[in-house]
Parts: sequence; structure tokens; C-alpha cells
Amino acid sequence: MVFHEEIDHLTEKTNRDIAPVGHQNASLDAMVLNGLKVHPKKVVRFISWDDEEPNSVYLSLTDSLTAPPDNFEIIEMNKSTGAVARQLAVKEGVMYTILQLHTDLLMGIPGKLFLGLMGILFIIAIISGVVLYGPIMKKYDFGMIREGRSKRLKWLDMHNLLGIVVLIWTLVVGLTGVINTLSDVVQGLWQQGQLADMTAPYRNEKPLHPDSLYSVDLAAKTAQAAAPDMKLAVIAMPGTALSSKHHYAVFLHGNTPLTSRLLTPALVDAKTGKLTDIRKMPWYVNAFFLSQPLHFGDYGGLTLKIIWALLDIMTIVVLISGLYLWVLRLKAGKAQFVRVEGKQVFFQEKEVNHGI
Amino acid sequence: MASNRSFLRLWGWPVALAILTSIGLLSALLGDNVWDGLSWLLLGFLPLLVLYYLRKAKRTRL
Repeated sequence: MVFHEEIDHLTEKTNRDIAPVGHQNASLDAMVLNGLKVHPKKVVRFISWDDEEPNSVYLSLTDSLTAPPDNFEIIEMNKSTGAVARQLAVKEGVMYTILQLHTDLLMGIPGKLFLGLMGILFIIAIISGVVLYGPIMKKYDFGMIREGRSKRLKWLDMHNLLGIVVLIWTLVVGLTGVINTLSDVVQGLWQQGQLADMTAPYRNEKPLHPDSLYSVDLAAKTAQAAAPDMKLAVIAMPGTALSSKHHYAVFLHGNTPLTSRLLTPALVDAKTGKLTDIRKMPWYVNAFFLSQPLHFGDYGGLTLKIIWALLDIMTIVVLISGLYLWVLRLKAGKAQFVRVEGKQVFFQEKEVNHGI
Repeated sequence: MASNRSFLRLWGWPVALAILTSIGLLSALLGDNVWDGLSWLLLGFLPLLVLYYLRKAKRTRL
């Protein structure tokens, strides 16, 4: 998962035309029309941008604006000409399956929440490990590994050393992983909270006809004018779960590594083109956004990803050695049980003998 | 104080590592370039530290 971008780049075919022509950007309205020519029966649900691909704009098309989230096709558009560059094969390939497996075990929301529960158990296991670290290491120096004695002592020491070294990292990755499993909860809270609040004045109006919509390109420019130091991240078309039937929801983000993760929703009336509201996201949405980089380690270049992978390996060693120690303990417990049991049998026999 | 010294002996390294890890995790999030570099140094220190103690254990093997 850590290297998914690099693996995607390796496996993807690069025949696409995103070379800029001139300095002008094509109109988003033209892009939407071009995209719909490829999929005449679909509708555009989202328009999005990627900081890593400054010459591209992405259209997410779906069978209907209220179709399930996994009903989508993505087309990459040339930002300056507005032409279709290529259709993305996001739902194909091993990496997509692995991501789905890692997100919800291919079982949707219940799978996601199950993994969240596993994450909570992971955190409890880590904390219990720290509690044991104190009494075990009381008489020893940090970093002690007893080589050449019993295998159990060596692995106990490895478990303690690696565990305490990666402690904070595992806690952060575990906790942010749990937060990531709450994506549907967070989205629901935002829809029923801030979004409902921002669109409340329009609650009783009739839906707009798709042909009478205000220009999405001008809507984007209006939103950007309200936050000049921010960039476009995503536009949700009117009628989606992330906008309203009367609004374009234009999500903007900042330029620093931190603020680029945080989205700011700006609502533009899809009939008049007026900005009706722009707000910061509530804290729980921002906490969710910040949980993603801290879980996946994709915020400090390839070097950070390599370190992330090393820490992953160290964590796996802690898990396996922990399991090994637990199995030994189980066996020792059984042996003890057998010994006690044996003694009892012995004494019973003695008593029986005495009785005779 | 003796109890202070034994506390440091037991928890000195873990607390120091916790602080280093936290700074390392945050620095790349809050800034670019130098801050990325700081993050690499601090987080990259963790596997190196483990490697050091593993090699030390091999050397001093009884």
C-alpha cells in the first residue's frame, strides 16, 4: 500500500496527451461536454484536480448522480485543450483490489468497521505491551538482546526493543487507521451537519433542470475569487451527495503540505452563479483528512515511504515475535498444567494405595 | 536521587524516542524541503538504532 503510487506509475500505460498548449486553460464546461461524448449515457458527478498532475483535470462520470460511490468511470482531460487524454483504469489491476481489501476486506461498510475494531485491538495490544515493558526492563539497559541464551529470551528482548522503538509510530498509524475506517460516518455527519446547514435556505426549492445550469467554469472562478490563495480540489455537481440540488460545491485547498490536505467547501448557486456560502470544515472532518497522510506515509516523498516500509517491517517483527512468545507461554502453561495434574494423579493413587 | 536515576535508565530512551518520532511525523506534514529532511532523519533513526543494537548483540555474543 505504501508504494501504491509508484506501482501504479510502473504499470500504467503512458500514451496520453496532456501537453499544455498555450497558457490558457480550457473551459470546464467544454471538458464536461467532451467527457460526455465518450460516455453519452452517463453524467458528470465530480471534477477533480491532482497536485501531482498539474496539466490534467479529472472527470468522474456515473450512471446517475445518486448512484452508489463505486459506480464511476474516471477520464483524464487535457487542462489546456479540454480534450480527453485517456480513460483511467482505476478499478482494474492488483493495486485496486489490495486497496479495497485493506479498506474493507471487500465487504463494504461492515468490513470497514470490522477493520476499525481490529485497529482498536491493535492499539490496546500496544498499550498493554508498554505496561509490561516497565517491569521486564527494570533491571536491564535499553537495547539489551541476550544472544546465545535461550531462543525465548532472545525473541523477548527483540520484541521489547523493536516494540518500544516503533511505539509512537505504531500508535499513530493504528489510530489514524481507525479514524480512516470512519470515513462513511464522517461524511454522514458532515452532510447532516455543515452541508445541511449551508444549504438550508434552499431546502424547499425544486431541483434545477440539468440544461438550465449556470456555467461550472464560472462557478469555479467565483469560488476561487472568494479564496484567492487556495486552489481547486474537487467540484461536486448539483444533485450529488456532496452538494445540493441547487449548488455547485466547490472544494478548495491550500498550498502547504498541511493545508493542501484540508478542504474548504464553497457553495455556488447553480442558477444565478452567486457564491452563497464558504466555510472551514468542522474539526472532525479535518481530523479525518489529516489521518490519511499519517496512516499511509505519503507526505514526505519516496524517502519517507521507504522509511515507512522499514517501520512496517519492524512492526511485523514485533507482531510475529509477540505471537511466538504467546505460543511458548501457552505451551509452558500446558506443561505446568500437565505437571500439576500428574502430581494430583500421583497423590490420588497414593491415597488409594493407603486405603488398601 | 536514586529513584530519579532508575526512572531515567528505564524510560529515558523510550521518552526521547517518542519525542523524536512525534517531531518526525509532524515536520513533513507542516513544511517542505528542510522539514521533509528533518522527518527523514528522525524517523530513519529508528531502524538504524535497532540495527545498531542487533549488531552489538551479535558482537558481544557469549
